[in-house]
Amino acid sequence: MADIRSILKKRILVLDGAMGTMIQRYHLEEEDFRRGWFENHPDSLKGNNDLLSLTRPDIIKAIHAEYLDAGADIIETNTFSGTTIAQADYHLERAAYDINYFGAKIAREVCDEFTAKNPDKPRFVAGSIGPTNVTLSLSPDVNDPGFRVTTFDKMVVAYAEQVKGLIAGGADILLVETIFDTLNAKAALFAINSVQEELGTDLPIMVSGTITDASGRTLSGQTTEAFMISVQHANLLSIGLNCALGANALRPYLQILKQKAPFFTSAHPNAGLPNEMGEYDESPAFMASQIKTFLDEGLVNIIGGCCGTTPAHIKAMADLAATYSPKEKEVIND
Amino acid sequence: MSIHPDYKGVYRNKWQHLPNMKLSGLEPLELTPESNFVNIGERTNVAGSRKFLRLIKDEQFDEALSIARDQVEGGAQIIDINMDDGLIDGKEAMVKFLNLIAAEPDISRVPIMIDSSKWEIVEAGLQCVQGKCVVNSISLKEGKEKFIQEAKKIKQYGAAVVVMAFDDKGQADTYERRIGICAASYRILVEDVHFPPQDIIFDPNVFPVATGMDEHRRNALDFFLATRWIRENLPGAHVSGGISNVSFSFRGNDTVREAMHSAFLYHAIREGLDMGIVNPAMLEVYDDIPKDLLEHVEDVLLDRREDATERLLNFAENVASSGKEKVVDLAWRKTAIQERLTHSLVKGIADFIDEDVEEARQTVNEPIEVIEGHLMTGMNVVGDLFGAGKMFLPQVVKSARVMKKAVAYLLPYIEASKTDNRSKGKVLMATVKGDVHDIGKNIVSVVLGCNNYDIIDMGVMVPADKILAAAIEHNVDVIGLSGLITPSLDEMVHVAKEMELKGMNIPLLIGGATTSKVHTAVKIDQHYKSGQTVYVLDASRSVTVVSSLLSDKKDEFNAAIKTEYEQVREMYAKKKSFKKYLPLEEARANKFKIDWKAEDIQKPNLVGVKQLENYDMEELRQYIDWTPFFHTWELRGKYPEILTHELMGDEASKLFNDAQKMLDHIIAEKWLTAKASVGIWPANSVNDDDIEIYTDESRTTVLHTQFGMRQQLKKAESASNVCVADFIAPKESGFKDYIGGFVVTTGLGIEKKIAEFEADHDDYHSILLKALADRLAEAFAERLHELVRLNYWGYEEKPLEKSDLIQEKYRGIRPAPGYPANPDHTEKPGLFEILDATNLTGVTLTESMAMYPTASVSGWYFAHPEAHYFGVGKISEDQVVRLAEAKGIALERMKQWLSSNLED
Repeated sequence: MADIRSILKKRILVLDGAMGTMIQRYHLEEEDFRRGWFENHPDSLKGNNDLLSLTRPDIIKAIHAEYLDAGADIIETNTFSGTTIAQADYHLERAAYDINYFGAKIAREVCDEFTAKNPDKPRFVAGSIGPTNVTLSLSPDVNDPGFRVTTFDKMVVAYAEQVKGLIAGGADILLVETIFDTLNAKAALFAINSVQEELGTDLPIMVSGTITDASGRTLSGQTTEAFMISVQHANLLSIGLNCALGANALRPYLQILKQKAPFFTSAHPNAGLPNEMGEYDESPAFMASQIKTFLDEGLVNIIGGCCGTTPAHIKAMADLAATYSPKEKEVIND
Repeated sequence: MSIHPDYKGVYRNKWQHLPNMKLSGLEPLELTPESNFVNIGERTNVAGSRKFLRLIKDEQFDEALSIARDQVEGGAQIIDINMDDGLIDGKEAMVKFLNLIAAEPDISRVPIMIDSSKWEIVEAGLQCVQGKCVVNSISLKEGKEKFIQEAKKIKQYGAAVVVMAFDDKGQADTYERRIGICAASYRILVEDVHFPPQDIIFDPNVFPVATGMDEHRRNALDFFLATRWIRENLPGAHVSGGISNVSFSFRGNDTVREAMHSAFLYHAIREGLDMGIVNPAMLEVYDDIPKDLLEHVEDVLLDRREDATERLLNFAENVASSGKEKVVDLAWRKTAIQERLTHSLVKGIADFIDEDVEEARQTVNEPIEVIEGHLMTGMNVVGDLFGAGKMFLPQVVKSARVMKKAVAYLLPYIEASKTDNRSKGKVLMATVKGDVHDIGKNIVSVVLGCNNYDIIDMGVMVPADKILAAAIEHNVDVIGLSGLITPSLDEMVHVAKEMELKGMNIPLLIGGATTSKVHTAVKIDQHYKSGQTVYVLDASRSVTVVSSLLSDKKDEFNAAIKTEYEQVREMYAKKKSFKKYLPLEEARANKFKIDWKAEDIQKPNLVGVKQLENYDMEELRQYIDWTPFFHTWELRGKYPEILTHELMGDEASKLFNDAQKMLDHIIAEKWLTAKASVGIWPANSVNDDDIEIYTDESRTTVLHTQFGMRQQLKKAESASNVCVADFIAPKESGFKDYIGGFVVTTGLGIEKKIAEFEADHDDYHSILLKALADRLAEAFAERLHELVRLNYWGYEEKPLEKSDLIQEKYRGIRPAPGYPANPDHTEKPGLFEILDATNLTGVTLTESMAMYPTASVSGWYFAHPEAHYFGVGKISEDQVVRLAEAKGIALERMKQWLSSNLED
């Protein structure tokens, strides 16, 4: 694998865009989520997008290819909810490892095809590690603020399984993303550390948090800088922000990361905030114009898209990013 | 000057090449060289505070939390938490207390120091804290192996660490032992564990002085010396200590203790102590310590006299202990009752809520009014602050808990004031299928529960059928749907449709982060006509909404909602058309793309203009499309079926017969004359939207440029923003394309006959003639188009059936200037000019670009197989500007011409 750190010193890398938004375009039905794997599963599985890596790999590969075609350097595996904890809602804990193994494997295959076609632009697979749907720092029961749905230890076990699957499937990078509760992320980082030590691997780690509201904090209440400090121990490749807000709203927080973090920085914003009808409506050109300000300021080394973004958005970003090179900055851990 | 003989002056950080130590709670804490001293709150320590121990033992966590809060408010930058006591389960207490603190943003904003001598408690604590904390402490007490193992774990958890000067021989109690153990520990941490040096904090043991024992005389002095040595010799490491230990022998004499703490800190900080566990309430300002007391204290601390201890003890007997008052700003307690309640809710302070609620209760008739009035007013402030980004979620959750406490206080009064004890109604709550987010739903459930509604909480990912079945089974009064992710919006629509299908009339509440009043009004409300759908902005409004829905006045409430949603829908319709226009450049980028091929472009037989004079009316008669004729007479039906229609048949037949008779006259007596001008020219599209028409095949001289209008409405995926120019091959494509144009009229001579009918006051025949003339003009346009396809252009081989003609099944189109595909009427003069139309047909254009006679039709011919009719619709200002500039028409004038096409 080409050394991503040395590439990052030379150019801005582009991450892919939304998976969910692209899957929605296929108008899939319940049977698509079951095919060949979960035909007799008692619960409804429609909407459990991670399963499609198993049941409709053709679609997931096609989406990966679209993003690579658009110019993405790094594609995220379709494994955002690939933990036993997140899959428990569907009673599919048993599918967690396969989701990650096959999710990484098909991304690996598509990436390798593209790298073979153009070895000057090596493509990377980032194993997507989502936040799960529980919070370790907050109680779901307002009457009992001391209550927790699960424990750190259980979460470490769940993440470790995901990480093992991703590594076995061929991921190049591990991406802990959409972090709304830093303690969840710390469990993921703990698991990554343990698994990598056990396997003797040293995959670079990207971390990306989510600022959820106008206060500029994570859902669990941390400021951007506090969040950064809390995950800094994990020797990251990059730290950044994704989801929740559109590009423009992310800017002040990216400035904090750029200034304070001893790592490369990343951003993969949404195509704006969902409008009143739940649609994302920032056009590729509009998003690119906002991201241009990031690049002019040298705020980010890795740029991509989250909810509502499409290959057209990524293409606009990739075209733009190609005209920039990273701003001078000392990166401590290279 | 330094106390340490090897160093000079006050300690200055000499490890500037290393990063600063950074810790975090909800907010960051960075120890910069300038930050001098970080004070660590010590009172949440069961070993140091009897009161705290008692509270933890009795599980009085609320009060225990108040102690933590007081410390932070009192200035503690880190809080030390210790649960090491034989009478409590330390691990359980640590987890419980840390989890509770996580829900208290005004406490958890600072970093936490997890203080225990038991590793299992330390690790359990590390698993509860999202910020970067400090472990207090590890040491070489039980050997190097265990030390390394624990340090590695702490590093993996991402915490800083306090290392006690302790080894297998015991606690370091001399200068040499202190620096020896610290140096050894440092080496292991940095070299073997690769622990970040800036995250290492040494505690070189603060021991009591003035104990009367000789071996304790140097306790403070050696601490100062060791501190200095560590800071000078162990790169990046920090020094901390538990300060109150030093004054242990003066328990009961706070004046002396406070002076001793202050003097100790004064000297230790000068030697490099940069953190310390202190009780801010037990500190005197160094400069305010009486000189004589200070001298006695410093004699002891610095071991300056043989008799220092005795002298201080004697002196201390004469110093009255003057306990300091706790200083907490309670000015807000003096404000009015509403302000106090609002303050408590916003700040999440539960301490005074019962007394304040009681006071408020005294001022109202019914206890429920306190909830609906005072408390809701406060919660609305919370909602506004949250909306403005001035509060964040954990704070809001805290406010909700204070609210809950207030409601709990009022509940017995509410119960007592009620004649019967029934619940106010049953509310079913569910997060819809496909969505697993339930924080908001849970908050609403609690708030409604507090207000005496029975809640049936179905949890998350609940399919519509289960919601409906449960609603029926439990006979609920209201259904509340929640969701966070965007696909949940569709699922809510689905639930509403299902409720409609089942004929239910239970009110439906919609809430959650992505939901909105607009979506509810536009997409959900309309699918659930048998019941009322209501959007609920946040938990605080849920009570008013539900109580209104279930009250006597529910009809008025529903009516008001219906009116409001109708307005929302109207606004949305307007806004939608406003919002969804693409800039012209983007619309152009999304043009209708044709894959140009030579075989799709036919070289025409006619190039240039041809006149048709006195065209055969009998032939045109065969081309009349009769359906629009009946429409002119308000007879809405299709020809020929309309002639036998049950209701309209007689009238239609009579009209049709009259028309046929008149047509006979028109043709036989030559009432009307039909003329046409038709032309075909070489053409190519340029600049996306325009069509250049050339004088001849050389394509060197531009005869005329047609300026096209392009759709700007934002289209769904895969649909294009079309312009007529998209149907003509672009100049740069190299394909030689063509465009045609025509003007036909059948109205010449009509004035004479109309005047005759009107002189006879025969309106019927006057209107009939006009209608027939119009039909004949359209028929002429149809016939001429056919001639063009078959002969003049010659791209079609045989004529179509008449029904296919009417359904426009032929190849190519003939859009008219001023009509939907190109609504710009100012395009007409150009067409007329190149066709020499006024000369050849007698048709003139009025000032308002209307054709006269009215029974005339004009248009352009596009021959490409993919050319199709479309409407330009509304356009944005940028396109008007471009048209005005391109055509040399003043912008204001252009806007007038296109007024019906301008976006609102």
